[in-house]
Amino acid sequence: MKKSPAFLLFTLLVGGVSTAFAQDAALVQAARKEGKVVWHTSLALPSSTAISHYFQNKYKGIEVEVHRNGSQRVLQRFMQETAAGIKNADIVHTSDAGHFELLKDKNLLLKFTPQGVASFPDGFKDKAGFYYGMRATLSVIAHNPKIVSENDAPKTWKDLLNPKWSGKLVTAHPGYSGIIMTHVLALVNVYGWEYFRDLGKNKLHIVQSANDPAGVVASGERPVGVNGAEYFYYKTLKQGNPIKIVYPKEGIPLVVSPVAIAKDAPHPNAAKLFTEFIFSKESQQLLADKEGLYTGHPEVTYPADKPKLKDLKLLSVDADELEKRNAEIKKRFVEIFGA
Amino acid sequence: MPASQTETIGKIGTRSWSTPWLKDPTLPVWIGVTVFLVFLMLFPLGSIFRASLWDETGFSLGRYLEVFTNAAFLKAIWNTVVISFWVGVISVVIGALLAWLVTRTDLPWKKPIRALVMASFVTPPFLGAFAWTLLAGPNAGTLNKLYRSITGSEDALFNVFTMPGLIFVMALYSFPYVFSMVANVCELISSDLEDAAEILGANKWQTAWTVTMPLALPALIGGFILAFLHSLSLFGAPAILGLPAGIHTVTTQIWALFQYPPRLDMAAAFSVPLLLATMVLIAVQKKILGRRGFSTVGGKGGQKRLIRFGWGRVPVLLLVLGVVSLSVFLPYWILLKAALSTAWAMPLTWDNFTLKNFSFAFFEYGDTQRAIFNTFKLGILTATIGTLLATLIAYITNRNLFRGARYLSFFALAPLVIPGIVLAVGLFIAYTRPPLVLYGTIWILFVAYLTKEMPIGFSQAESTFKSIHPELEDASRIIGANRLISLKDVTAPLARSGLIAAWSFIFIGVIRELSASILLFAPASKVVSVVIFDLKEEGQVGVISVLGILLLVVSFAVILAMQWFAGRDVVATRE
Repeated sequence: MKKSPAFLLFTLLVGGVSTAFAQDAALVQAARKEGKVVWHTSLALPSSTAISHYFQNKYKGIEVEVHRNGSQRVLQRFMQETAAGIKNADIVHTSDAGHFELLKDKNLLLKFTPQGVASFPDGFKDKAGFYYGMRATLSVIAHNPKIVSENDAPKTWKDLLNPKWSGKLVTAHPGYSGIIMTHVLALVNVYGWEYFRDLGKNKLHIVQSANDPAGVVASGERPVGVNGAEYFYYKTLKQGNPIKIVYPKEGIPLVVSPVAIAKDAPHPNAAKLFTEFIFSKESQQLLADKEGLYTGHPEVTYPADKPKLKDLKLLSVDADELEKRNAEIKKRFVEIFGA
Repeated sequence: MPASQTETIGKIGTRSWSTPWLKDPTLPVWIGVTVFLVFLMLFPLGSIFRASLWDETGFSLGRYLEVFTNAAFLKAIWNTVVISFWVGVISVVIGALLAWLVTRTDLPWKKPIRALVMASFVTPPFLGAFAWTLLAGPNAGTLNKLYRSITGSEDALFNVFTMPGLIFVMALYSFPYVFSMVANVCELISSDLEDAAEILGANKWQTAWTVTMPLALPALIGGFILAFLHSLSLFGAPAILGLPAGIHTVTTQIWALFQYPPRLDMAAAFSVPLLLATMVLIAVQKKILGRRGFSTVGGKGGQKRLIRFGWGRVPVLLLVLGVVSLSVFLPYWILLKAALSTAWAMPLTWDNFTLKNFSFAFFEYGDTQRAIFNTFKLGILTATIGTLLATLIAYITNRNLFRGARYLSFFALAPLVIPGIVLAVGLFIAYTRPPLVLYGTIWILFVAYLTKEMPIGFSQAESTFKSIHPELEDASRIIGANRLISLKDVTAPLARSGLIAAWSFIFIGVIRELSASILLFAPASKVVSVVIFDLKEEGQVGVISVLGILLLVVSFAVILAMQWFAGRDVVATRE
């Protein structure tokens, strides 16, 4: 029988896919043997818990130990453990890309490229191959429509400087949140520290997590959030709370949150399997559908009531610059806002 | 028999059987306990001083210089002094008034009031602070909303995210210290002098002000210092109420110094002034309380008669209930409401009702399960080993087993002057590097709790042993039992209720501990208080409330169990 080129192509494809399957099977088996994966994450608690449950349902017998905290705290704990010689963390995930430059420089990361990321945009990939962006978060303005009328509501970053908002604003903290760290740097790059100095005159209520402003705005404790994780505002809104998200036209900080495996991961195979899982189309679609996040996966579709990223003007910052200016940003922020 | 005589005879008894004490086969145990205690206290403190003065480049006073020149640090110190001063003042006003009412007047419902004061004491201050953010946040706070809807005003009645707000809430959870101190004294003041004043024509208030008050003055000052110190060492309440308004205190500043890149050396240098301040204040307090210049206080000879309010009892009772509703009823109610609602700021209707917070806390979120397990494991371990250790130490000091044994009590009580966060700085520095790496396990928390709770356990055991005559023990030793066996089979059973109380106090102290835990936990060794604080930073109101309720329920269960087992009323005093 004469083999057609099509048939050749077919066998090649099947062969290729089945090798991939075999590799996967071996990885799953090795991961099962390790039994668990320890995930240090800054993804909002309900979301990270949900992801871990998806994984546990798919790979029975592998437990995901979720340690959720703010990006800066995740780094702090990880570095404290490292300094004490404790090898506990398998996967590190924060919203401060600078952390991953730091960890890479200190030789604390394992080089690992999950299968799905080839098609991701460049902004989601470390050129050296140590970390990849699992999700993208926007830092936006939001207000409580029950308290602030549509006409009155702030539409731009500069609107927030109006003294009429004195005592009515809430901000999250760059000393806790990587999203806010990125947010502050992005806006400093556009407006300079002047902007935050003026903002500071409006007596802001200071919370820690970029997710917390959603609750503060929804309860009416402060009717306007000057920053905060868009996906968490969106989720809170979807739960029926009074929240209106504003996407400022001058530009919106885009925060790409990387995932990396620790070099001394006690469960390296489970860590690899979990990383593969996170970057699979299935999971990335779940992040978009259930958690309201944006992702780097080009095939993922988003809820109809969310704007498309390509329609927004995005402000991104360089991971290196984030790493270098981390201490300066924290210090200046505390000087301006008091804590 | 007068106490001193009993003690002397007891001493003669033990002395005669314990010499030559070198032959005592249980001696290694006593020496071991002594060495362990001294090490437990000195190692972290030594680590703090070392880290604050030395680094790789050698000796330097530069860090202390920075503490006293850095504007942010100075501001934190100033805030702390102001807050603690006012907390002390308010605690004395509330605590002394309540103590006087409960001991010297015919106020009804005294037992329930004492129980409610105990409830304020048991409530972790960080939990109270969290509840008050829901009650008196300027805009969404339930009380402020109520105020606006009643008065039609635009403004808030009370903003809890301010210095006064912080002071108010911290005082609500510091006044029980003053209460127990003043109540103890008021029980002992005889009414003779008060009678004399009334015969001379003074009215009730003049008598209280000119006679009772001066007699209770040492207790008032002592109580003030205790409340001042308590507020000085708090971390959770200022972090929850102060930071959102840009207010740093010494404890929150020390905590911030642990953020990456950590400045442990600065945290150590910043801890030392706090440590010295507490030492000085405790010394002053001891001096004032130890003077015993008032011969009218202390004896039990005098008669105590109650001041009659008559019909005035009702408004006074309402006032008292108002105070405890601020520290107990309102916070508990809002926690329960938040635990059961989807949106805490909305009315609790069927639409808003949910059990999801409970199922999330207990079944979905892995951290809470591990934390609950860790917390109770640590609580039971620390309480058990702490009581045992405290018993052995109290036995050593009480029976004066070797020369200088009395000085051991100094070490056992030393943690009184070490604020939790300072202890944690010391332990962190001491146990995150070889030879002894405890960080990352629950054992570093165990060491912290054991150290921190030693004074409570020790003073409970001490006062219990004082009241037990050594003759039974001597009898047991004559028929051949050694010291340890006598202690176990004879003395300890007699001391049962005191030791159960010690166990319970340590257990409750452990499960509510935050200020040391917040620096010492690692992701794998979280405890409930830390999880609550983490959740607070993310704003998970419902889940926090569930965990807070859990802590309260367990604490009260332990207290009730203690009263049942020990057969005594521990609500009355806490010595």
